[in-house]
Amino acid sequence: MSKWIEDHLPKVVLAPSFIAVLVFVYGFLIWTAWVSLTRSRLLPKYDIEGVIQYKRLFAAPRWDVAMNNLFLFGALFIVISMVLGLLLAILLDQNIRTEGAIRTIYLYPMALSMIVTGTAWKWILNPGLGIEAMVRSWGFENFRFDWLVNPDMAIYTIVLAAIWQSSGFVMALFLAGLRSVDTEIIRAAQVDGIPTWRVYSAIIIPSMAPIFLSAFIVLAHLAIKSFDLVIALTGGGPGFATDLPATYMYAMAFSRGDIGQAASSAMIMMGVVFTIVVPYLYSELRAKND
Amino acid sequence: MKRLALSVSAAALVVANAAYAEPKAEVLHWWTSGGEAKSVAVLQKEFADNGGTWTDMPVAGGGGDAAMTALRARVLSGNAPTAVQLKGPAIQEWYEEGVLADISSVAEAEGWADVLPASIAAHMKCEGSWCAAPVNVHRVDWIWANADVLEANGIEMPTTWEDFNAAADKLQAAGIIPLAHGGQAWQDATVFEAVALGILGPDGFRKAFVDLDEATLTSPEMVAVFDQMRKMRGYVDPNFPGRDWNLATAMVMNGEAAFQIMGDWAKGEFLAAGKAPGEDFLCASVPGEGFLYNVDSFAMFDVDGDDNKAGQELLAKLIVGPSFQKVFNLNKGSIPARTDVALDEFDSCAELSAADMQASSDGGSLLPSYAHGMALRGAQSGAITDVVTQHFNSDMSSEEAVKQLAAAVANSL
Repeated sequence: MSKWIEDHLPKVVLAPSFIAVLVFVYGFLIWTAWVSLTRSRLLPKYDIEGVIQYKRLFAAPRWDVAMNNLFLFGALFIVISMVLGLLLAILLDQNIRTEGAIRTIYLYPMALSMIVTGTAWKWILNPGLGIEAMVRSWGFENFRFDWLVNPDMAIYTIVLAAIWQSSGFVMALFLAGLRSVDTEIIRAAQVDGIPTWRVYSAIIIPSMAPIFLSAFIVLAHLAIKSFDLVIALTGGGPGFATDLPATYMYAMAFSRGDIGQAASSAMIMMGVVFTIVVPYLYSELRAKND
Repeated sequence: MKRLALSVSAAALVVANAAYAEPKAEVLHWWTSGGEAKSVAVLQKEFADNGGTWTDMPVAGGGGDAAMTALRARVLSGNAPTAVQLKGPAIQEWYEEGVLADISSVAEAEGWADVLPASIAAHMKCEGSWCAAPVNVHRVDWIWANADVLEANGIEMPTTWEDFNAAADKLQAAGIIPLAHGGQAWQDATVFEAVALGILGPDGFRKAFVDLDEATLTSPEMVAVFDQMRKMRGYVDPNFPGRDWNLATAMVMNGEAAFQIMGDWAKGEFLAAGKAPGEDFLCASVPGEGFLYNVDSFAMFDVDGDDNKAGQELLAKLIVGPSFQKVFNLNKGSIPARTDVALDEFDSCAELSAADMQASSDGGSLLPSYAHGMALRGAQSGAITDVVTQHFNSDMSSEEAVKQLAAAVANSL
């Protein structure tokens, strides 16, 4: 008996969470896929009608805006956060005296919820209250900084707030990566008289490839599921200029009683996540098999 | 024989029990803020005074979205509340899911058909039987103005859109924001439907936003509506996106802006700030003929148990009863849905609203508000609002907006 327990304990312990994941992730995933093929409105219906919801989705200009915003926001957010995070990490890595304090300051935005970040930036960026009003009160009457209320620029305010929130976290990731590089190699390079920037660009950064990948995966999923920041900062506006797929899905499911449409947009979002995560998993698994 | 008598009296007892079942009602609503909460408390008290037990189920948040999510969960689990704050076509949508009760017996006993305007009564019926009880009538097509600002600039309340444009140009030249507006999709839609009612007229409005007639949606008049919206965009201060409606009302109150187009809940803000109608602020219907209503109502869900059914009937009777209609609407700033309530205690704006409702009901121009979910189902009205708000917030041409409007409506069906 005790032998059986010993053999099977890991499975027994894992079973509840395994079942929970099976039902609540994969079960509901299949449910959503099913509903996305129906004409569900207020309540889910189960008669399959084909791809009508996907046709409606791709015919909707608002969905176009949401997808374009996702790619624009995602690309800028990920690239700038990583560049800024790396830069901060390298600067912090120069054995400066107050590193601990500075590190904490940069990491602190991560402790705030996106709603707080969004609300604070909403006030900062509001032309009548924030930066624009302040600079104008200094006497620069023609100063303009109205991104928040300009439909063409509003999406960049979301990028700005998201980077402010996340770049400290990326910095911490990279700092850990920098510290894990073998100091022997760096010393050897310094003995050979190689300039510092070459040491970073040719030795340290290439050896941090796994960190780049983790940072990318974390930031990418943050970008795709972004919802609270948009709601707090712009509410999707002006108009629906800053809609993202997640806010589109919410509007369809909970405000408009159009569950089929919400389900189909959820499936497309999942498709986007898969196209990012599957190559990652594939490369990870292959690395292990090697 | 004795045994028979016993069983008969036992049966009589059961029947009597059923008839005297204590009325119970569980009420789902999202009236949780200040004046609204006070208004619901009025109903709660009346219900208790008539021997009922009220279970309150307030779900705040998202303009009712959160409450609708709660309702969906309750209905799917087969445990619907007795009465739910629902309005417009949403009542019919839930009826089609087969979950609403029939309260025709109360409605007929109380003679609802005689006291409610016909077009409002139509919202309360599901395929001929009564399934909901109206609480109030909000008028949506109001234009509010700061009396001092208008006087100082020699401007009368506009009666045509040309007048409005002329007045707005004059105000703008004088350095006053002509139109206080908050850039949220539903507020854009509120202004849009007020403009549409004025330019399309009541018949055109009905064809466009009730029947979704494609010819009307793409007509030259609709292009003119979007042209006027482009003008309105110019009368709004640059800082408008995301502003809440009550902040826009405050701009009118303190003279920063002259006009606001908003439903009569804006009156509550003026009154709460101690302003007097006719002296400090003016109210008028927007230029054009007609009356756009936003009627709050309670839909009655199918429930089991005599106590619940008794509660439902009592609730329906009280909601449409004259005393509740008066007290509730005095608190909420709207007007009673029934037309036979004395309006002595109401203010001049409410009296104007009630008179216009009666006149437009007789003239066939009493129309449901599309922006507030009275005319269309969520998917269709949402599709229209998407186009309206995108046009308002970009430099889209009116012709392009009309084209997109027709496409969006077709895509939402």
